[in-house]
This record gives sequence, structure tokens and C-alpha cells, in this order.
Amino acid sequence: MSAKAAIRAEAENIFAAFQAAGAAPVEADILLPAETLLDLYGEDIRARAYVTSDPLRGEMMLRPDFTVPVVQAHMAGGAEPARYTYMGEVFRRQEHFGPRASEYMQVGFEVFDRTEPEAADAEVFALIAGLLAPLELRAETGDIGILTAAVQGLSTTPKRKAALLRHIWRPARFRAMLDRFSGRAPLPEARLRLLDRLAGTDAGALIEAAGPAIGLREPADVAARVAALIEDARTAPIDAAETAVLDDLLSLEATADKALLCLEVLAARMPAIAPSVARFARRLDALDARGVSVGTLAFAASHGQSSLEYYDGFVFSFHADDPALPPVSTGGRYDALTAVLGQGRSIPAVGGVIRPGLVARLKGLS
Amino acid sequence: MLKIGVPSKGRLMEKTFDWFGARGVAMRQTGAEREYSGAVEGVDGVELVLLSAGEIPRELGAGRIHLGVTGSDLVRDKLADWQTQVTELAPLGFGHADLIIAVPAFWIDVDTLDDLDAAASAFRAAHGFRLRIATKYHRLVREFLTANGVADYQLVDSQGATEGTVKNQTAEAIADITSSGETLRANHLKILSDAVVHRSQAVLFASRKADWSDAGPILDRLADRLGLPLPAVI
Repeated sequence: MSAKAAIRAEAENIFAAFQAAGAAPVEADILLPAETLLDLYGEDIRARAYVTSDPLRGEMMLRPDFTVPVVQAHMAGGAEPARYTYMGEVFRRQEHFGPRASEYMQVGFEVFDRTEPEAADAEVFALIAGLLAPLELRAETGDIGILTAAVQGLSTTPKRKAALLRHIWRPARFRAMLDRFSGRAPLPEARLRLLDRLAGTDAGALIEAAGPAIGLREPADVAARVAALIEDARTAPIDAAETAVLDDLLSLEATADKALLCLEVLAARMPAIAPSVARFARRLDALDARGVSVGTLAFAASHGQSSLEYYDGFVFSFHADDPALPPVSTGGRYDALTAVLGQGRSIPAVGGVIRPGLVARLKGLS
Repeated sequence: MLKIGVPSKGRLMEKTFDWFGARGVAMRQTGAEREYSGAVEGVDGVELVLLSAGEIPRELGAGRIHLGVTGSDLVRDKLADWQTQVTELAPLGFGHADLIIAVPAFWIDVDTLDDLDAAASAFRAAHGFRLRIATKYHRLVREFLTANGVADYQLVDSQGATEGTVKNQTAEAIADITSSGETLRANHLKILSDAVVHRSQAVLFASRKADWSDAGPILDRLADRLGLPLPAVI
């Protein structure tokens, strides 16, 4: 059997298993409108996806993943609850030479269900873990929801919280911002100079003196941010005890059962995270009920922080021993994405994908 | 035969000829003044190929020329994993320019990438689309902004007169090459203090993709003549 045929056979097996688990098979276009994807993922996706132009339909993208078209199809008129599965090629531009493929098969399983989110998390994880069990992969899990709750729980201004939340998926920037808001890093020189000048002169006059108003960003926009900067400079630094909770959370790595104990201690220090820690506990129970050993399951609170920015709750990935290989499977919860694509409507959603090419390779079939 | 690609016109060509000439390798255009053919004297077996500076990275990457003189910015922008495709033999000490990010001077609230990121966030909320940065250096600028965690921007292509795009409302900021900053000032733009994407100059590159079986010994003689350390790259 050729490598491609072996991979397709592997994909068919997984596809059949997902259908046996109750998922309805769905199809998705390969050529997708680039605008939606660019709007969601930003400029990064342009480096990672093939963009092409169509004389009639404008800028199009070769499907970089199935999540967006599947969510769109569901939001346009799917019944609830729904379980979907799909199988097909995805395309990823590679900017570096190496083993990463630019075209490969994905088989996915997605659950849209309002009733018990933690049960749905466990269902997706346990299903994929069961299918991949013969490969003896290393599973890693995380929970973006706890991180988000911790930021929401800081006693600071809504603006600062929003700024931190916006960069949850960019760990370095998140850290830098947290350091500044907590007074651990000084304000940049230029900011201090600007604040100094603003103490004596009206912002409007400074803006006018600096140059003519060109472009779509208007003097009023500049003035609004200047006002925000003045307000921010007057804002008290985030309390050291709260920052310490966030630091401890970001560095938390343990087996899931021990992580729960640590999280409960952190919740005592920051009660705002208690509901999401309770959710974490319910998920562990649900995983345990499905036969997942939470005593050996790896958990890191920062896991998933550097993935594409749509996961907002439970996240997981399965890895082979070879660190050069991409994850064999990835997935997670993406409730907010359904709201973005649902034009006012939303539904809790969780899902995951398996790369049958890697499965076949690890089985020695290709 | 060893093929060396050199910019086909302007100051880059003259300076390149001067650099080689000062080291005993005479390069000159042959034929009519506007004819793109040339000759090399001083080392046997070297063929001069006059090319647009922007095309030299591609020709090096394809291995169609063995050596090439072009800007370090162009090689980094046009070749993915450039170090695997070419190697730097010598910086030539001219053609200095910085790839920078500039915004309208009246944006008194924006001085750093941090500010640009915050302004981009507010801009997107107000206008419904991402803040546009006009450039022709897509890879370099995108990698730089990603590494620095800037979000909510988009790159729009601008192959020339980039400084005018803000006034023409086709972009809100620009990323471009500047040497003195005069054109920026004339167009009411200012440079972000922490956004030097790349400090560029003209460099003599060698292709890792070219066939060096015959050209290798010629390169040894040329390097000797130019006073360069013998390249162990090929």
C-alpha cells in the first residue's frame, strides 16, 4: 500500500470511529473566503495559509483548518445538540525547511452542546485518547478559562483587564504588560516625557503642534488614547499578592489531580477563580468516569497559550516522543468563536482533530 | 565559469564596481550605455550578470548565479530560511539603510511597539478592520511584529512611494527603508523608537544552491584577490 493510501485508510478508520461515537459526517469547502479567517486570526494566518485570488470571489484561502467552516455551517442552521465529524486535507504554508508538512489529512470531532460542558470536554478527550491509546502518546492539558478568570479577578481597571485578556495568547507580551501594570517594570521614557508635557499643555494643542492630521486615525482617536494614558498613569499598580497568584498560576505544572489541589489553594487567595476551578474539578470527575487516569494526566495552566487564539477553556494535545514531530492530536473548547461567527448567537463548543498521517507513521505504516 | 550577479543600474552598481575595483577586480559595463552586459577583468572565469537588485536573492536561491551583491534586507525578506540558501561572504560597507516602522507625527500617544499595538486595538474597534501597515517587506515585518506580540494589524502591499500611503488613506502606518529620514519627515511621519526591523547594507552573498564543481576553484582565486578569507561555505 502506498503512503497516501495507508494514511487515507487510517483516516477512514478514525472517521468511522467518530461516526460510531454519534457524530454526523460533514463536508467543508477547500477554498474559503480569506476575509473571515484573516479577521479571526490576523496577519499570522497569512504566513501560515495559502492565500490566492479569485477574479470573482476576491481573496481566497486554502482551508487551514475545519473549525471555522464547520462552526459556520452549524451556526447557519444546525440542530442542537450536535456532534460532527469531518475528514480531509488542510494546507499550511511552511516558512522553514524541515519535517512539517504543507498538506496533510485531518479527521475531527466537534460537539455543540449547552447542557454539560465539562462532560462534553471529557467526551472529546476520552474518545481521542482511546483511539490513540495503542500509540502510547504523551497527553498534555491546560485550561485557558482559569487564566481568563484570574485576569478578570484582578482588582484593577476594566481597561487593564481587557488589555491583558487581549494578549492571553501572546505569553511574552502578556508578561511584559503584567510587569508594567504591577509596577515591576518602569514606564517607557517617551511615555514619561509625554505625561510631563501633558501636565502643562492641553492634549489638543500638542496634537496640533505635532503635525497635520493625515490618515484614517483621527486627532480625536489620539486624544482619546492620551486621556486613557493619563488615567492609566493615575491607576494604582496591581497588588503584589494578586500578581503572585497569576505568577503561580502561569508556572503551575503538575499531574491533573495534584494541579487541582494547587488550584484550590490559589482560589482561596483569589476567590474570583473559584468557579473555574470548580469547573476544572467537575471535568476531572467526568474524565475519571470515562476511564482517564487523572493521576498521570499532565496539566499546565499555560498550555495552549501560544496556540491559535480561539481556544478559551479546556485545551489538550497528544505528542509522540520525537520532539520534531508536530502534535498527533490537538483540541479544546472555543465557546467565544461560535459567538464571533454566529452573528449574535452562540453555543458552547469543544472539539479536536487527529492527524492520520502521523498515526500511520507511528504505526510504521507509511 | 563563476557567475556573479550585480545590480544593473544606479549607485548600487557604481559602488559595487568601485568596491571590486579597489581590490584589483575591474568590472565594467560593455556595449552601449544602457545595455545590460558586462565584463570582469583580473580573475579568469568570472562572468558578470547585471540584474535588478530585487531579483538577485531569487537567482541566488535558485542557484543560477554563484555570487551576488544585494541588500541584506532583500535576502532576508525574499528567501525563506535565508541562511540555508545563501551565505554572507562580505559586508560591503555601503547601501546603508534601516527598515523601520513609522506613524503620523501627530500621533503623540504612539512612540513604541507597545503603543502601536494599543492604537491598533482601538482602531480595529472603531473602524471594524485591522490597522493597515503599508510595506514591501512582508516577511521581515510580519516576523518582527509577531516576535514582538503586536496584534490587530494587517500588512498592505506597497511597492513604492510608501510614505504617501497614509495621506492617501490606503494605510495608517508604514514599514519602509530609510537612510536619512527626510522623506518620512516631509510626509509628516515619525519613526517608532523601538522598531528597527533590520539594519541593512549591501552584502556579497554566495549561493548554497549553485553548482560549485567548476566554480569552486575560481571562487578561491577571486577570494584571494579580494583579500577575503577562503569561504568554507560551499
